[in-house]
Amino acid sequence: MYYLGLLFEYLKNYLKTRLTYRADFWVEVISDLLFQATNFIFILVIFMHTDRLGGWNQNEVVFVYGFFMVPFGVFSCFVNMWGFSERYIVKGEMDRVLTRPAHNLFQIFLENVDPPSLVGSFIGLIIMAISGANLGLPFEWWTIPALLVLTLSAVAIYTGIYTTLTSLSFYSDAPTGILPLMYNIQTYGRYPVTIYNRAIQVLLTWIVPFAFVGIYPAALFLHRDEMRSMALLTPVVGAVFLGIGLISWNYGVKRYKGAGS
Amino acid sequence: MLGAYFDFIRIRFLTMLAYRINYYSGILIYTLNIGVNYFTWKAIYGGGESLGGFTGAQMTTYVAVSWMARAFYFNNLDREISTDIRDGSIAIQFIRPYNYVLVKMMQGLGEGLFRFMMLMIPGMIIAVLLFPVQLPTEPSAWIGFLVMLFFSFLISSQINVITGLTAFFVENNEGVMRMKRVIVDLFSGLIVPISLFPGWLSSVLHVLPFQAITYLPGSVFTGRVQGVGIWNVLGVQVFWFLALIIPIVWLYHAARKRLFVQGG
Repeated sequence: MYYLGLLFEYLKNYLKTRLTYRADFWVEVISDLLFQATNFIFILVIFMHTDRLGGWNQNEVVFVYGFFMVPFGVFSCFVNMWGFSERYIVKGEMDRVLTRPAHNLFQIFLENVDPPSLVGSFIGLIIMAISGANLGLPFEWWTIPALLVLTLSAVAIYTGIYTTLTSLSFYSDAPTGILPLMYNIQTYGRYPVTIYNRAIQVLLTWIVPFAFVGIYPAALFLHRDEMRSMALLTPVVGAVFLGIGLISWNYGVKRYKGAGS
Repeated sequence: MLGAYFDFIRIRFLTMLAYRINYYSGILIYTLNIGVNYFTWKAIYGGGESLGGFTGAQMTTYVAVSWMARAFYFNNLDREISTDIRDGSIAIQFIRPYNYVLVKMMQGLGEGLFRFMMLMIPGMIIAVLLFPVQLPTEPSAWIGFLVMLFFSFLISSQINVITGLTAFFVENNEGVMRMKRVIVDLFSGLIVPISLFPGWLSSVLHVLPFQAITYLPGSVFTGRVQGVGIWNVLGVQVFWFLALIIPIVWLYHAARKRLFVQGG
């Protein structure tokens, strides 16, 4: 309850800041969508030159992309660790966060909420609806609950991975350059992982499990039975990676001694 | 005076060297990017011989070279400039006896040299070992490529400078910077070679500067463009390098009149 109240207060604060830079809000929404559009254009261009990608047709790949956008939007809204090291460690803002009663990671999430990202989630749902209709996918009783559970699991996976990577900045002095590069890799989990060689498949499934935020859960809705067991595994992977993230974060915070001026 | 500018290159290079640990992970991730793109294109090609004028082997080379070129020309000049503007330190920079934009370009070059040696070269070696990349055998192709790569860096940095300077006019240019990044990656041909875009879009892209960053040098390196075509490519790059100086000079002068410091 206390945390919900905090969330509300921070959102109010966010709105106040945002109203100062009003024009920028729309620029940001548009640039977010444009980022999604790049990948979308990539898919469309691919299917101008081929009918199938690893046994999946255009509507299926577009559907997977639509699903991918939903948890990604939620994640970008609530969890934004970009520039954590510069802002909190180099400039010493971490000290301020640590003197407050709420959990430090939660505060950091709240200080960086980014509601415009949610627009991407809505567009994702629309894309799923359109391509799903093109494919004639049935709307089952479990569609909505499964969508909720899988979205939350995927958000947990993202949060786990990025929290783990960000917590590295407690251990090394240098600002980590891994985060921006990871943004490139996450998009590869959308394509049928079977087209990659074994090493990349293992990487995308078990090490940085971005396949679990795109192709595997989406396969459940597409009734691709060969990936059903992987889809059902998504919540487990989410729990495991979120756990790893929280543990490495808490351990890192304990080691934190303060570096700012 | 010129010596002072060279010092900016040197200092940035040394600063980057102090943080070199980051770049080992960078090599890994750029290689992974090449790998994933390679397998995606392999699946697209299937049994097909040639797409958009690229054979399968040329596409592999194109993907590897494009990502590695990005490892060299990529920098955050836009972010640095906008930070300088927003925290007010630009005011101090303006009264110093040097040209601010030129200093930024020099710092970018220092970073570029570092990236060239620590990220691009080792990454390229790994990519050649892992994937069937076909490197050109003629020395002239290599020299030409290096010259074009340098212009890729210049044009990409100029676009970054322009993006950074917009902070004078929109106060918070976070969105503009993100948009620029997306546009450059897509329209430069890094993600999809421009010849594979639908006709109308590729003809639009042929009159924009972005193709000069990745697509044109990549086309030369893969051997798609040969002979006289190489000079045309170089001509396009030189043209855009010169043309982009105009908006920079204009923005810079307009900005000096408009400067108001938001904090600091």
